[in-house]
Amino acid sequence: MATTATDTSAYTHDHGNAHVDDRPFIRKYIFSTDHKIIGIQFLIMSLTFLLLGGTLAMVMRWQLGFPGKPLPGGTLLPETYTNNGVVLPEFYNSAVTMHGTFMVFFAIMPLLVGVFGNYLIPLKIGAPDMAFPRINMASFWTAVPAGLLMLAGFFVEGGSAAAGWTSYAPLSARSDLTGVHLGQIFWCLSLIILGLSSIMGSFNYITTVINMRAPGMNWFRLPLSIWALFVTACLVLLAIPVLSGAAILLLFDQTIGTHFFDPQAGGQPLLWQHLFWFFGHPEVYILILPAMGMASDIIANGARKPIFGYTSMVLAIISIGFLGWGVWGHHMFQSGMNPTLGTTFMISTLLIAVPSAIKTFNWLGTIWQGNITFHVPMLHALAFVSMFVIGGLSGVFMAASPFDIYIHDTYFIVAHLHYVLFGGSLFAIFAAVTYWYPKMFGRMMNPFWGRVHFWLTLVFYNFTFFPMHQLGLHGHMRRIYDPTQYAFLREMQPVNQFISISAFCLFATQFLFAANFILSWFKGEKAPNNPWLDNGLEWTLPSPPPHGNFATVPTVYRGPYEYSSPHSDLDYIPQNVPTPGGAGAAHPQPAGD
Amino acid sequence: MAHAAAMHDDVMLPPSSRAAGAGVYNEKLGMWIFLGSEVMFFTALIGTYVILRFAHPDAWIGHPRTTPLNIPVTAVNTFLLICSSVTMVKAFAAAQDGIQRSLRLWLLATAMIGATFVGVQVYEYTHLIEKGFVPSEGLFGSTFYTMTGFHGFHVTIGVLCMTYVTIKAFRGKYSQTDHRGVEVIGLYWHFVDLVWIILFTIVYLI
Repeated sequence: MATTATDTSAYTHDHGNAHVDDRPFIRKYIFSTDHKIIGIQFLIMSLTFLLLGGTLAMVMRWQLGFPGKPLPGGTLLPETYTNNGVVLPEFYNSAVTMHGTFMVFFAIMPLLVGVFGNYLIPLKIGAPDMAFPRINMASFWTAVPAGLLMLAGFFVEGGSAAAGWTSYAPLSARSDLTGVHLGQIFWCLSLIILGLSSIMGSFNYITTVINMRAPGMNWFRLPLSIWALFVTACLVLLAIPVLSGAAILLLFDQTIGTHFFDPQAGGQPLLWQHLFWFFGHPEVYILILPAMGMASDIIANGARKPIFGYTSMVLAIISIGFLGWGVWGHHMFQSGMNPTLGTTFMISTLLIAVPSAIKTFNWLGTIWQGNITFHVPMLHALAFVSMFVIGGLSGVFMAASPFDIYIHDTYFIVAHLHYVLFGGSLFAIFAAVTYWYPKMFGRMMNPFWGRVHFWLTLVFYNFTFFPMHQLGLHGHMRRIYDPTQYAFLREMQPVNQFISISAFCLFATQFLFAANFILSWFKGEKAPNNPWLDNGLEWTLPSPPPHGNFATVPTVYRGPYEYSSPHSDLDYIPQNVPTPGGAGAAHPQPAGD
Repeated sequence: MAHAAAMHDDVMLPPSSRAAGAGVYNEKLGMWIFLGSEVMFFTALIGTYVILRFAHPDAWIGHPRTTPLNIPVTAVNTFLLICSSVTMVKAFAAAQDGIQRSLRLWLLATAMIGATFVGVQVYEYTHLIEKGFVPSEGLFGSTFYTMTGFHGFHVTIGVLCMTYVTIKAFRGKYSQTDHRGVEVIGLYWHFVDLVWIILFTIVYLI
């Protein structure tokens, strides 16, 4: 810790950007332009939506596990939602739709991109703030109304959107088919507004990473989290406008009577699917790349070893980013698309397994023979890797179109997407939140309750989602209100009940995290500057860092993963420390061992 | 890239010394990146148009001979928009040379031509709607209004920003060393102009 202490004392010069933020409360915490505050605002917003999306999932699980039984507390809901407490099919459809929409667009995506893109990019590259702080603020304050508008769907006539999170046309385009009119319009408007927010965020991130890096922070000294967030921002920038375009066309079909997706008037339902998935598949990587990047940082830290194969990690991130554009058709093998085209998409999809596997083996190589510290973020990061492998492998199954024909739109798909989105992204988010929490709030989270939360989540998560593979292979449909209506699914009902009970336990476990998060904010132990003995530039700053970040612009001498270095008495060398052997001399990159 | 001291003199570059950026100031880089996103947006609309038109050529039968569109008027409007790109270039050149008076006049001309373009488009819409050619009028109406409408929306935003930049220019906020706003709005303006040339060709002419 001695080195860190000296480093920090060097930041007491008054030449830099760091200063006391003396603006009034509303400018400092509400309409703030400080990237750190905006990151925390996104954190609070998206954790709220995570809770909301989770609650809707519980409604679905109740209905699937115990169809026809009154939902606990269901009588409190309006009559359009429940009948004597029993969930109505219309409400079930809305719950399915809004669970997916909230989780993808308002929970996981802002948690990864909005929170950590904002919080980490300037700190880790040594910048005073984002390139465009006011646009950054606008990005958050357009995301909030978008979320509220999406939520408002529940309170209007006809209820919220109910055509699935993919809103396939013509089901979504014609209100006479679902009985939902305003809710679906809100869905489109909300995503268009959220799209603006994402685009403002992404060009800000890209400009910041390209133009605002501190001296010495060249591209191959960037932490992998920043590389991943950079490539993700490129995907957001180019994919989201396609969704906005598609949502606008859908909105016009619903409101001003155009016929883009209505086959009766010459429109093409398949066009919606192409547009949606052309956005949707890069979106999948938007939801996993930042998770991979942050997990890489945390795993190297926990293993006290340089990341294995830094350059190949970067190239894998970039190639996933590129390949992600050419695979959207694998969502549409059963849509009536030309089967020859399906084969092309199958091959391109299988190719993505290669960079993904490179990353997985590099993580294993990093842990191999490491002196592993099992701190809470490390536990979550290791769970991320293992769960991602399961989700990735079932992904290879589905990429093969002959097999996909069999399991298409079954619970096998649901199992897969939750293994990558919950097992992958959300475990990495738990890792990242617990890892950077001390920096964000200046206090440590409780490690004991962190561990309890981790183990219970890991167990109940697998109890919830693993049996879904079995359900799917048995033919359980992805979207079905009451599985017991079919004899062949009735025999699987005990599995459904087991999944539901595990899901309730999983949901309950998350309150441990919420309590730990909130209580630690006020009562947690004061965090030191560098609790995890990490090399990143953000750990050289006080916790939380001052407005404007760095008192003097830091100079970077090395990559971010120099752990257990023979050149240092400590087992880590922060990026801004010159080589101990000769001051300022260039030090070789910690590429693969 | 130039060393820190040299960069410090150039107010258009990022404020503090940086490792190795793109060599352009943030606003310009940001605008280029943002335009990448705009390209994708218009690609989605144009792609939709191309697919629907190839799939249902009957919805466009007789076009352009029996089209409800008034092509000569729109051709003049296209010419106007191209002219506004020229005035934009002149404004930027004046900013680089530090000639305040020309800068103000050329910016004003650009904003006014842009506003005229939007005005002519509104006129075109009202006439088409009077003739019964509405957005719900088959695939042709659907795609026509969506594509030209979103272009018009972009021009309108451009005119608003151009007005803001013009007011700033009249207040003398742009100098020979720092005229970021003029260059950045110029990039957007040329992009929107370029999109129109593509739209005019595929929607009106082909």
